[in-house]
Amino acid sequence: MVNRILVGAHYGLKDWVIQRATAIIMALYTVIFFVVVLAVGPNSFDSWRGIFANGFMKFASFLFFLSLFYHAWVGVRDIWMDYIKPAGLRLLLMIATAAVLVGYTGWAVQILWRI
Amino acid sequence: MAEMTIKKKRPKNLDLKTIRLPLPGILSILHRISGVGIFLMLPVLLWLLQSSLTSADTFAMSRDFVAHPLVKLILFGLIWFYMHHFCAGIRYLLLDLHKGIDLESARLSSKIVFAVSIVLTLIIGGKVLW
Repeated sequence: MVNRILVGAHYGLKDWVIQRATAIIMALYTVIFFVVVLAVGPNSFDSWRGIFANGFMKFASFLFFLSLFYHAWVGVRDIWMDYIKPAGLRLLLMIATAAVLVGYTGWAVQILWRI
Repeated sequence: MAEMTIKKKRPKNLDLKTIRLPLPGILSILHRISGVGIFLMLPVLLWLLQSSLTSADTFAMSRDFVAHPLVKLILFGLIWFYMHHFCAGIRYLLLDLHKGIDLESARLSSKIVFAVSIVLTLIIGGKVLW
């Protein structure tokens, strides 16, 4: 008999795959970002802002943040599942984590698209 | 039912004081700790990015903020967390692909992760913060 619980891992490969896909996206962005910073050598507000004003970097940075927040969701959720046994508290912490990360996504969009 | 019986018979030692964690184990727990550290600092990092990109004044303010010794120390630690998480993550991706799963290679690769992430931290942290 399978006991499926609300705060369980949903017994799928989806999150496992997304954890790795987002990791690869972030790793690639990290390398691109360092190459760009080395090339630009930002030492003023204008040159620093110029990096993110570039269309490609804006898109890539957004993708990085989206990956970061989804990656953090899977990781932090795993931690709640490992250490928090009472289902109610675990659910509460999961909801709080998801809420915070969705909020960060909006914040990141605002930071990037106000440039 | 059969599963229950097996579970009961399994010996386990979860006494943290008597467990001597091997290097790949230390790498693993640091992967988790560094992830939590970065997660907890996300609002500060987003705020720092925001103020560095809003105006020349807020850029100067965030530059002053980062110049504070305590902030420098925390950011240096975060750079190490990021580099450790990054390098250990690449190692895990390779393990997922069944590369280096024998004991000897797993030990060697965890040594490489520590060496590379510490060197990267010193170079990047040194360049960015000092």
